Amino acid sequence: MTGLRYVYAVCRPFGAALQSQLTGLGGDPPRLLTHHGLIAVVSHVPERDFAEAPLRAHLEDLEWLTATARTHQLVIDALTAVTTPLPLRLGTVFRDDSGVRTMMEAREDDFHRILDRVQGRVEWGVKVYAESEKHEQEPARPAQPASGRDYLRLRRQQTRATEDSWQKAESFATRIHDMLSAHAEDSRLHAPQNATLSGAPGRNVLNAAYLVPRTASEEFVELVDRMKDDTPGMRVELTGPWAAYSFTQLSDSEEERP
Amino acid sequence: MTVIERREVALVDLLDRLLAGGVVITGDITLRIADVDLVRIDLNALISSVNAQVPSPWGD
Repeated sequence: MTGLRYVYAVCRPFGAALQSQLTGLGGDPPRLLTHHGLIAVVSHVPERDFAEAPLRAHLEDLEWLTATARTHQLVIDALTAVTTPLPLRLGTVFRDDSGVRTMMEAREDDFHRILDRVQGRVEWGVKVYAESEKHEQEPARPAQPASGRDYLRLRRQQTRATEDSWQKAESFATRIHDMLSAHAEDSRLHAPQNATLSGAPGRNVLNAAYLVPRTASEEFVELVDRMKDDTPGMRVELTGPWAAYSFTQLSDSEEERP
Repeated sequence: MTVIERREVALVDLLDRLLAGGVVITGDITLRIADVDLVRIDLNALISSVNAQVPSPWGD
């Protein structure tokens, strides 16, 4: 038993060598498994960690998940230096090489189609946060209202202020998304990030990914930079360039998320 | 562009991509593991716990 096969990505044959020190999951240097005109980038991983039950259990373990995600990304980054990889979802594991080949053969057309689409492109992540404003930090009970009417008036003011800031955030996010979409070949909205998980201050109102040609990336980054200081109370964060993780939908997959 | 190593990528950004992006080889394959050689896990449960308001079962 030589273990299971963890597949990081599928790509087209490339000339350059992968960096020699690269270690993948299970301490196994990523191997290239060629099938027809495609290459699967694979590590041999132990069953005790990657068979269905242990993998499922590990995924509940944030420390393990973090280490695995980072290693996966390291391999994708190394590939990005030499080719345009098509990353697979974290935790894609096969029984053996022939299982990987069978999958590649079955998906051959899809892989080529998506590879064509992402060739020479990178993904940029843009997040917009609405910074907490003063009225949100004020104690829930401001100056004691003198009467019921005072109370209602105060409540209305508060509600209006909250609605205003929500509307401002929404319209800023929409504006920046429209603008960036117009400068990208494709875009995808991820679910807003939970502040507890991200540790980022403010409320995440836009969490988007944009597919941009490498050659147009400088311009795209400048565009984001210009919008950064555009509106007080709003914060814009750029991440990337990423491999095109968010633009890999196969035609028959049902992975659309709102 | 040598932007890749600018700084360590935040885990949430990475998980957005690795758990919600990337090619999904097949849907509910876990049912067919025995005959299909494939052990891919359905991570939807995990994604929703990432997105949920609660810090969720992990996090020690």
